[in-house]
Amino acid sequence: MKTALTAWDKVQISRNVQRPRTLDYVRILCDDFFEFHGDRRYADDAAIVAGVGRIMGRSVMIVGHQKGRDTRENMKRNFGMPKPDGYRKALRLFHHAEKFALPVICLIDTPGADPSMESESRGQGNAIAENILVMAQLRTPLVSFVIGEGGSGGALAIGVTDRIFMLEHSIYSVAAPEASAAILWRDSSKAADAAKTMRITAQDLHEMGIVDAIVPEPEGGAHLDPENTVRKVGDLIMNSLEELSAIPTQTLLDQRYQKYRVIGAFDTLTTNQHGNGEPLVFP
Amino acid sequence: MKELFRRAPKAFTPGEQTPDQQTPDNMWVKCPSCGELTYVKQLRDNLKVCRCGNHMRLSAVEWTGLFDSDTFVEHDGNITPLDPLNFVSPKDNYAQKLRESQHSTGLYDAMIGGEASLMGQPLQVTITEFEFIGGSMGSVFGEKIARAAERAYELRVPLLTINASGGARMHEGVISLMQLPKVNLALARLGSVGMPHIAVMTDPCYGGVLASYASVADIIIAEPGARIGFAGRRVIEQTIRQKLPANFQSAEFLLEHGMIDMIVPRNEMRLTLARLLRLYTTRDTSAAPIAADV
Repeated sequence: MKTALTAWDKVQISRNVQRPRTLDYVRILCDDFFEFHGDRRYADDAAIVAGVGRIMGRSVMIVGHQKGRDTRENMKRNFGMPKPDGYRKALRLFHHAEKFALPVICLIDTPGADPSMESESRGQGNAIAENILVMAQLRTPLVSFVIGEGGSGGALAIGVTDRIFMLEHSIYSVAAPEASAAILWRDSSKAADAAKTMRITAQDLHEMGIVDAIVPEPEGGAHLDPENTVRKVGDLIMNSLEELSAIPTQTLLDQRYQKYRVIGAFDTLTTNQHGNGEPLVFP
Repeated sequence: MKELFRRAPKAFTPGEQTPDQQTPDNMWVKCPSCGELTYVKQLRDNLKVCRCGNHMRLSAVEWTGLFDSDTFVEHDGNITPLDPLNFVSPKDNYAQKLRESQHSTGLYDAMIGGEASLMGQPLQVTITEFEFIGGSMGSVFGEKIARAAERAYELRVPLLTINASGGARMHEGVISLMQLPKVNLALARLGSVGMPHIAVMTDPCYGGVLASYASVADIIIAEPGARIGFAGRRVIEQTIRQKLPANFQSAEFLLEHGMIDMIVPRNEMRLTLARLLRLYTTRDTSAAPIAADV
């Protein structure tokens, strides 16, 4: 019998250094794969890996965040935090997938988008926004799978998809727990409290109707049996793509619109608001 | 999500505006930038722009004066936020925070939406209220932009968004995050019928607002000196452990780096928007010129 894990336990498992990453999925699931590099504008960002491969006899576009396992690899991959170049590489390959009618698999595993002067100067906000806008209209099926950390806009930039799945101990949040605690309470050491309060676990998101399905992990986490976990993820993705591929494109786009359109918690009153103050007189 | 709708709504009624909240006209206001004191009335006559050029923040209601008089009609003014996470922490209580913000601003949430005309040209508009939890983007915010964009799509009119926001509403968690695609999906639909989205970025525009609709608007206008960015200055300084240049993330910095189309001072905003709207919506070459045409 499994013992109940806290939200903070799950944060730790989702970040476990041995947890299967995007390239592990590629290695286990693909019988052929080519990684494609660069955004054709500035750089090749190693925090996102992308390419075309074949899973169960079917050609697919795979785009995923990639964290490192040691310091050297983490320096190279910026701890899985993409810069605008990474998102623009993904964008290029989303268009590529549409052109060649390849379904898209997005594997989400990032603490968030890179916060640096360099990224800001090259339009981090715009890079994320552009991806969200393009994924919204992409005329090919898209599936995203949160395999580790789903950190904010940095995750969403490859996460606007027809289906959203999560591994049992993965998380998805509006900001990483440390950042949430810093923003809310100016105290990043309260990350464990934030993890609980902000409802970031796969189970929370499923309950909220945002995530379509959860794939169970072996007791203790996916890193204790990567091979089996990855295969189960692959099965769900490929079943889902088969189902989505049968839907006419316009219907698929309409359903994608509705999927996100209904997300929100609000009430409708009988009385209108009346803001304070007076309009200024503009010349 | 259906579960959330079924949950018994908490009644959030904004408080009555009390007389002492209205600033008398004879009061001085100190410019946070240069420190100079100006009469409230004089400052209002100057659109709350200090003599030093500092554009002080406007409330959502103050911005409605941008449109032709009495043409702004609010839509969706009856949508109120819920507390989907039951957000309570030792330091922070969302339900209470909402009540306080509703009391101080007179609004149910950080956004008003509606229709208006600008020098005779019809459009749909949304305006943020920064005083309401930092203009943060939660369910009501997202819903109102989506509805405004959908009305603009149905009516084939442009959409204008006037923005000041610190980012996503933390207290609604990942539901706030999912407002980003919700809004962009509606904007994509508007774009498909050839109607423009014009974004005005005022101080400040950060996080979720920038990473969704504001930075992919067809035309991006910023006010002078507005701070605009994805990650906050403090976060970046902590990450790189050094001080950032003073003009970093200013409207002028963004213009230099190719991220926005133009910087327009407040007293030229109305005419600028009217001229732009005419270029995108009037195909009749004999259309009457706009006053003070250049």
